[in-house]
Amino acid sequence: MAALKIKKGATSHSAYDLRSHFSDVIERHTLAVIVENEPGVLARVIGLFSGRGYNIESLTVAEIDHEGHRSRITIVTSGTPQVIVQIKAQLGRIVPVHEVHDLTVEGASVERELALLKVRGQGDHRVEALRLADIFRASVVDSTLESFVFEITGTPEKIDAFADLMRPLGLQEVARTGVAALARGEVAHG
Amino acid sequence: MTRQMTGAKMVVQALIDQGVEVVFGYPGGAVLPIYDEIFQQNHIKHVLVRHEQGAVHAAEGYARSTGKPGVALVTSGPGATNAVTGLTDALMDSIPLVVLTGQVPTFMIGSDAFQEADTVGITRPCTKHNWLVKDTDKLAPTLHEAFHIATSGRPGPVLIDIPKDIQFANGTYADKAKRRSHYSPQVKGDIETIQELARAMETAKRPIFYTGGGVINSGPGASQLLRELVEATGFPITSTLMGLGCYPASGDKWLGMLGMHGTYEANLAMHDCDLMINVGARFDDRITGRVDAFSPKSKKAHIDIDASSINKVIRVDMPILGDVAHVLEDLLKVWKANGRKTDKDGLSKWWKKIEGWRAEDCLGFEQTGPVIRPQHAISRLEALTKDHDRYITTEVGQHQMWAAQYMGFEAPNRWMTSGGLGTMGYGVPASIGVQMAHPDALVINVAGEASWMMNMQEMGTAMQYRLPVKQFILNNERLGMVRQWQELLHGERYSSSWSEALPDFVKLAEAFGAKGIKVDDAADLDEAIAEMIAYDGPVILDCLVEKHENCFPMIPSGKGHNEMLLANAKTQGAITATGAVLV
Repeated sequence: MAALKIKKGATSHSAYDLRSHFSDVIERHTLAVIVENEPGVLARVIGLFSGRGYNIESLTVAEIDHEGHRSRITIVTSGTPQVIVQIKAQLGRIVPVHEVHDLTVEGASVERELALLKVRGQGDHRVEALRLADIFRASVVDSTLESFVFEITGTPEKIDAFADLMRPLGLQEVARTGVAALARGEVAHG
Repeated sequence: MTRQMTGAKMVVQALIDQGVEVVFGYPGGAVLPIYDEIFQQNHIKHVLVRHEQGAVHAAEGYARSTGKPGVALVTSGPGATNAVTGLTDALMDSIPLVVLTGQVPTFMIGSDAFQEADTVGITRPCTKHNWLVKDTDKLAPTLHEAFHIATSGRPGPVLIDIPKDIQFANGTYADKAKRRSHYSPQVKGDIETIQELARAMETAKRPIFYTGGGVINSGPGASQLLRELVEATGFPITSTLMGLGCYPASGDKWLGMLGMHGTYEANLAMHDCDLMINVGARFDDRITGRVDAFSPKSKKAHIDIDASSINKVIRVDMPILGDVAHVLEDLLKVWKANGRKTDKDGLSKWWKKIEGWRAEDCLGFEQTGPVIRPQHAISRLEALTKDHDRYITTEVGQHQMWAAQYMGFEAPNRWMTSGGLGTMGYGVPASIGVQMAHPDALVINVAGEASWMMNMQEMGTAMQYRLPVKQFILNNERLGMVRQWQELLHGERYSSSWSEALPDFVKLAEAFGAKGIKVDDAADLDEAIAEMIAYDGPVILDCLVEKHENCFPMIPSGKGHNEMLLANAKTQGAITATGAVLV
């Protein structure tokens, strides 16, 4: 239409403004979410992330207080600063969510992940895998004449590094728990 | 006091204890025990709708016109899935609802039983919260908690899924007072930010109040405080579609609605202001237009009870998390205590500028000849009904925007329209819900013929319960808003946007037992409207209007507020060509 001067192929006549209007620096944040341990609460949190298009890099959940019906969900997510603020606000308005803590901005925190890795090999490869496991303080939790299962705990980056080293040595299978995190010092949540 | 009773009886008892008067619903296998209990009491009235979507919209109409939570009761499976549109509508517009669904017995859940659906799974993203109750002892506390959550903080719909064996089983009924909830959203705003806003109001040269549905949801006290604040400061005020009525349309500070089809003066004032005070609105995309061109020169304050609404779309300088009434009360107190100061000189220049925009008369139109222009039809409806105790519902589309533009709302809770979700088919059932709550009022559903037919089966409900709802249909034999966009934005290719094989609405009315009136000449319009008002019973008024009328002013999507199209824009020329395409 001449009156609107809409260029061919333009999306400006969409019902929505499709452009991003905030800072586009992507940050990685670790959130600790204390929730009422009731059916469906994890689905609410996951549904929020998928429904609003937020990222989940890692998510762990387990009951932390049986009497008090409390579970703790640790979520590693990434987004622009505005998206991170939105994620926290959206989590906060889920009815069974009691507390939302951004461990990345609320002072120092420790993050740990556990992984099991199955490595299959013979001869030098097998020796080298064992030697590297020792350097990474991974322990052998199962062994056959041709395979090991290593257990390793550390930051996600450390586990990535260990898995990368194991790949040429016969890495077959990896199981990771996702990140668990706590604030350092005396501050306690939940 | 605790008492033993069946789950079904608990449902009815909890509704009575919560002060519920009306339930809109539709029975089915999985809710029969509850219907049996409803049959054996006289406290709660049940309204049998014709479709579960209608039940939820009727409950919305009831809720919005009373400020009380609406209640709907439907069966499992299709009953629950049919309720989904209504739930989503209520979530988007923050309407407090308690929806009860039946479910197959607990021991059959997951077996793909007859009329089984994963109701809590399906409705999780379209409710504020929901529950599947698997223990009769937990039913009463859950029911009470449901009312608390639906009505506290930002209101919204909640759903309780009740398996049939839970309804039959005996359990302990817990009183309302026993409720313990951790859910208690903050209502008082941060006083330091309120003080900052009060100081900004003292020095602002071009301030504006931008108000929304949050004012209405906060209760009549919020509207009262807002009026006091507007009168005391002399600042101009505009409102979203959802907030119409929170400030009287007859007030001299009123600029009309803003947004995509808002007035020229409201949108330009939003664009040029230096202080924007957002009271209970959420910077919806229909309001902001192009976000990076939205009110570039202003400091922005945002009062909202939902933290996730703040800084979601537009960065604000003064975020105030709290209930509108509480915050406005503090704001008034602080501003008065500081000496009721405003920049009188700046304000008077600002008003001069606004008067200049007003002089554009963006809603002006001329009715010439016999073909009724839809703007004229709404204007006459407004003139002939404004002195009545009147409630207006609408469907969704051009007629909805014309109603918002040409009708004036003097009080909150008088205007029920589907804003966020834009649900065609909302108006007929909503008008029924409103009329149930206000049996003696004049309840009019302003509709387009296409939207109206989406839930027209509810005319049966209106007849059964003798609800004299007036269905005012602007009939252009088109999906008018779709047609408008196709004309303006899709090269006049009118893909599936006209209504063929329309029913004879007068005969349709008569088939239902209602009164039907048809008008197609401007000279007969007033008489037809008067006849509609005078008739003691449901009426369908089929008002044939100009088929190719477009709704202006209009901010095309992706454009800024200062790039509005007015009615006399070049687009008007295209309408002549339109005829050839369609005929």
